[in-house]
This record gives sequence, C-alpha cells and structure tokens, in this order.
Amino acid sequence: MIYLRRLPRVRSAGLAVLWFGVALMVCPAATWAQRAPIIVASKPFGESFLLAEIFAQLLESRGFEVGRRFGLGATEIAFQALRTGAIDIYPEYTGTGLVAVLDRSPEGSAGNVFRTVSREFRERWGAHWLPPLGFENTYAIAVRRGSAEADSLRTLSDLARVADRYIGGFSPDFIGRTDGLPGLQTAYGLRVQAQRSLLQAVKYEALDRGEVDVVDGYSTDGRIDRYDFVVLEDDLDFFPPYEASPLVGRRLWETRPEAVRALSELAGMLDEGSMRTLNRRIEVDGEGLETVARDALTDMGLVAGPAIRIVRGVEARTGSLWVYLLDRRAEILDLTIRHILLVLVSLVGATLVAIPLGLILERGRRSAEAVIRVIGLFQTIPSIALLAFMIPLLGIGVVPALVALFLYSLFPILRNTYTGIIDADPAAVDSARSLGMTEGQILKYIRFPLAIPVIMAGVRTAAVITVGTATLAAFIGAGGLGDPIVAGLALSDSRMILSGAIPAAMLAFVVDGALGLLQKIVTPTGLEVAG
Amino acid sequence: MLDQASSTDGPALSAKDVVKRFGSAPVLDRVTLSLERGDIVALVGESGAGKTTLLRLFNRMISADSGEVCVGGRNVNTLNPVQLRRSIGYVQQEGGLIPHWTVLRNAALVPRLRGMASPDELASMALQLVGLPSEEFGNRRPHELSGGQRQRVALARALAAEPEIILLDEPFRALDAITRAELVEGVQGLLQEIGVTALLVTHDIRTALEIANRVAVLRGGRFEQIAPAAELRSSPASPYVQQLLHRAGEASTTAEGAAIGEASAR
Repeated sequence: MIYLRRLPRVRSAGLAVLWFGVALMVCPAATWAQRAPIIVASKPFGESFLLAEIFAQLLESRGFEVGRRFGLGATEIAFQALRTGAIDIYPEYTGTGLVAVLDRSPEGSAGNVFRTVSREFRERWGAHWLPPLGFENTYAIAVRRGSAEADSLRTLSDLARVADRYIGGFSPDFIGRTDGLPGLQTAYGLRVQAQRSLLQAVKYEALDRGEVDVVDGYSTDGRIDRYDFVVLEDDLDFFPPYEASPLVGRRLWETRPEAVRALSELAGMLDEGSMRTLNRRIEVDGEGLETVARDALTDMGLVAGPAIRIVRGVEARTGSLWVYLLDRRAEILDLTIRHILLVLVSLVGATLVAIPLGLILERGRRSAEAVIRVIGLFQTIPSIALLAFMIPLLGIGVVPALVALFLYSLFPILRNTYTGIIDADPAAVDSARSLGMTEGQILKYIRFPLAIPVIMAGVRTAAVITVGTATLAAFIGAGGLGDPIVAGLALSDSRMILSGAIPAAMLAFVVDGALGLLQKIVTPTGLEVAG
Repeated sequence: MLDQASSTDGPALSAKDVVKRFGSAPVLDRVTLSLERGDIVALVGESGAGKTTLLRLFNRMISADSGEVCVGGRNVNTLNPVQLRRSIGYVQQEGGLIPHWTVLRNAALVPRLRGMASPDELASMALQLVGLPSEEFGNRRPHELSGGQRQRVALARALAAEPEIILLDEPFRALDAITRAELVEGVQGLLQEIGVTALLVTHDIRTALEIANRVAVLRGGRFEQIAPAAELRSSPASPYVQQLLHRAGEASTTAEGAAIGEASAR
C-alpha cells in the first residue's frame, strides 16, 4: 500500500508547487502595481518594438519607471490588454484602429480617420490617441521585379488581373483583417491562387526565393529596399491612412498627465524617411533596439546626448552565437526559470485535475469518452486563438498563459490515465474481482498502480508540448523563453531567436528526462518487467 | 464474519434448470448440477460449451437468466456478491496474480479482505501447502516466478482463507506438458487432503479424469453426461463422450470408440 500512502503526500507537494509557482510569478506583478511603473507594450514586429522602446526611454529620461511588455500577439491582444488596463501604452496605427478595432470600412482622409478613432476610443473605452508621430505606415503589396516586368504590373488593379497565378505570403493579421486580404478581394477582385500565412520576419526572403509571389509589407519597412522588389500602387485608394500614434489607456491618461505630456512631445517628430532609416538600422544592419531608440530620441532633441542608460552597446550580429549566449546568460537564465515555472505550474495543475478525473471516469464509463472528447477539443484550438480568447476573461500576463497551458496539458494526461486504468491487466483485475475485491479496491490497489507507467507517459507528452507552447505565452506578455523568440523574429535577429529556442529545446529534453526518472521512481516494483 | 458459503444444509454447489444467454444464443440451456461437500467435479467440454459461464454463476461473476444457482443451499441472488466471492476460492487460467505485489501479499489477499487475524501466517501456510515456502518465495514478485510457480501461488491465494469451496478455471492451460503433469498430480492430492469442494473447468478430459471424482461433460450448453471417472470410461453416455475419450486415448474399447467416433463425425 506504499503508493497509496504516498499519494496524499504527492498531492500536497503538488499543491505546494502550484501555489509557490503562482506566487513567484504573480508577486512581482503585484509589487509593480504598487510602485506603478508605466507598462509600455508593442506588437510583434520591428517598428512596433522600436516605437515602444522610444516611448519607454523617453519616459525613463523623465524619471518615470517603466515596465516593458513587448511583442504582444497582434492587434487583438495588444488592444484588449490596453482596454483591460494590463498595459498603459503601445504604438498603434489609426487605420488599424478604424478597421480592425472599430470594424469600420477603410475610408476617409488621414485627419478624418484620426478624429474618428480619437472620439470613438475615448467614448467607448477611455483610451486616447496622442497626436500622430508624423509618418504613415501603410501596407505595401510587393512582388519580385521579374514578375512585375513579365506581367507588366504597376498597380494593384494590374495584379488583380493575374493574381490567380500568384501564391500569396501574408501575415496572419493581414489575412484576417477587413483592411487586409478580404478587403482587397472585395475592392480589387484580387484572388490569389493560394496563400500561405507567413510571419513578417521570413516573408521577404520567401518572396526573394520564389516560394511565394506576392507579400504584404509595410511602407516604412527597412528591408524592402534591400531586395529587388516592386511595391504596387494602391490605385483605388483602398488602404486607409495608417498614421502611427501612441495609444494610451484610461489609467495612464487619468492618473499620470505629466507622462502623457511627455509622450505628446513626440508628435510630428518622425517622418517616413527617418522611420525607414531607423527600421533599417534594426532589421537590416542589426543594431540594438536600445541604441537605435536612444539615437532617435537624441536626434529629435528630446533627450540630452548619450547620458541615458546604456544597456548593451552596439553589437554587430556577426559575432559568435556562443559569445552572444554567454553575454546574456543572466537574462537567459531568468527567462528559463520563468519558463520552467510556467510549465511546472500548469503541468502540476493539469496533473492534479486530470488524474483524479480519469479515475472518476473509470467509474462512469458511459460518459467517459464524451468527457475526454470535449477536453480534447481544447487541443484543436490554435494556441494564439486560445490565448486571445483568454484576454477578455483574464487579461494578459501570467494568469491567462497558465490557464491556456493548463488546458492544453489536460488532454494527454487524462487520455492516458483513463486508457491506462481501463486497460490494466485484465487477468489481475478479473481474479481480484472474483476473489471479492470491491470495484473501489480494484481501482485503488490494482488499476491505478498498474496504470502509473501509462499515466506518466501522458504527463511526459504534456510536459514536452507545454514547454513548446509556453514560448507562445510571450504573445500575451507572460514572459519566458518566447520573449527572445518573438523579439528576434520581429527584429530579424536570428541569434536572439536562438537564445530562446535553444534553451527551450534543451528544456524539453531535460524535462522529459527528469520525468522519465520520476516515472521509474513512482512505477511500482514488478511492473517494469510485467507491464 | 459470516461465511456465506459454509451453511450446512443442502449441497455445497447446485444449479437447477439454469439458462444463460449471451445475445440470443443460449450458452447454458437448462443445466442442472449438484456438488456435495468434498465433491471434486470437473466440467469438460470444448471452448464455447459453457463451462466457464457455469463456473462463474457460482460466485456471481455472471447471473443466470433463469433457474436457480445455490451455494451452501442458499440462492446466490440473496447473497452479497462481494462477501460470497470472498468465501469461495478462485483460480483462473493465467493466474491473475497482482503483478506489483509480492508472492506473500498476493497469497494473503483474501484473508486480508475478510479481515481475518494474521493474514500473512495464513498465506505462509497456504504457500507451504503448494510447495513454495514463503521464506524462499514470499518476497518475490510474480514476474520472478515460472509459469507453474505462478499457478501454485494463485492456488495458495485461493486456499489461504481456508474456503470450503474452490472454483478453478483452466488452471493448467497455460503450462507446458511437464509442468502441467506435475501440478495436476499435486493439486489432485491437495484437494483430496484438505477436503475442499472443488469445481474445475478444463478442456482436457485426461486432467479431468485424473483430478475429479466426477466428470461433467458439457456440449453446446447441455450436459451429455455426469458420472464418476470410472463410469465415464466404461460406459460413455453418448457418441460425443465416446469421441472425447477416444481422442484423449482414454477409451476403454478402442475399436468401438473409433467406429462411433467415425459415425458421429459423419
């Protein structure tokens, strides 16, 4: 009966880990709230990172404490976060606000659009658009020069004629937005032969290599010039004006007017040319975000000289990966620990729910398959979608990430628990029943112990999946090893991507190994061979 | 604890006009059988003849559709199934030992379930009885034993609580010929010695003739013959029984058996 006495202890140890982990992750957030740093966020692409860093450094230079939550999933996630007060400010584009948030049709002059979004956001959510930064970043639909010449393409109307022979490579955002692909289809009758969902970071290269034939880019993108691409003219003026502005949430607006004033100083300071240059320095030349943002602020005359904090100097991206990783070991260790906590807490939580549930289902086999299938449905929801669904309920940050990871972990553990218990050695079960064991005793003394190896296999599967999925938690600001992956993708910095991806892969390896060891320990003697 | 099967009135085991169907096909078709205390009866027949079904009616692992099944003179439907099973020994084909339990713990299962005093001592005695002294074998796990040894442990487990009745479902089937021969001999002596009422299911008529006082031949859910071993040999009641004996090399008059065997094969 050893394992039975061990069980309550395992359970309380599990609960302890759970609370400890949640406390570790939530407490810093709680103390932040008291000291009330201003949370600056960005969406997951280079320009958004850079503008957010500019906001952050400007605020810091004026003595405000700043928390950075860069790389939030997409418009939906970033705006939900702003609306619910999880973040205070992020750079947004007026056209995006009009179409993606307000769900209006994309039309009107830049000034009209700005007035519309200002009024609507203020009335509906108490959110405020600060004066535009001075440049527009509209969609730039680009093709290879070769295709442009062969099909004599100059405008989007030209493209619409031949698009049925083209394969599109578009960002997921663009594919879904009414001011994106669906709108283009309506306005121009533009239908591509097939489309692929590609991240900004890999899109241009895919176009250059001929894997796709047309992509959506941004007009201020630093990389378009680098390739021999042709940007097609929006001859029907389909795309709305996309003026970039700091979008400020209700709390900051109401409680920190001096911070809002400081950010307003950025109005009109960045024209399209200078923005493209800044983007290019990051995305093509590989300069550090902090450096480029600091230089931009110095050039604007908003902060004095190089006196502000220098976090990491300019680093060329040609240095060895090992040196890079070594330089950042403290940061990587922090992220890894946070990642482990995310995985551990959600996994322990899922184990504490799924195993008892599996045991209960053995006693109610009629409903078992239905219950397991319903829980399996969570598995079919794409991670990003699940994370986005969480925001209205739980905001952004650690808690929704834990809930999402928990939901993903349930299924493999539950399925294996139930299967292991149902399939436990039929001869042993039959003879135990024939000798007068009750069904409860059979479950406790025979089915459960015999199922332990199978259950542990489920836990291991869930753990490896969770280590991988937890990298996506970066999209909702939960931190972890996804942070450098998302940032690296946005900034076209493959070393940064690897500084998250390599530890994540190693972690998956280590976690699986550790659980394998645990499996050996908790498997009752006699099952290793007999199983 | 009330030993539900130890009531003294009536036969130890009895089935009267029992019908059991799985789906529409009757597996047992108005079967009647009775075992007095100390009786050792073997149920013989081909697979699908209904042997195991009949066996499992007595410990309520299966319920009859109609007819009466009694243990110790009491209808099993009036008895608590869990208590009933704890009072009857049971050995199945593959032993069914609990793989992560030691031999001693396996053997002590029923005494422990019944809350008897010193279950480990009872288990030790039972293990001694089947020739596996617990000093040597008690701490081993089932996977460390041979197939024959495992069946002996299963037998010890069935006997440890000193039941008056034991049900054996093909206990020798999974064993090789030599091990089987040894074990059959051992079991035969043991059952006689402790005076337990035993019902044994086997497809092998030789085993049945060797162990049992009486042999009951089942075919298609009906009894062809129930008779002491000697009587079965000397006067088989049907061509089928004759054929069974003949195939097993147990027929008394070979020529006649062959003739009848051929006749029934036609």
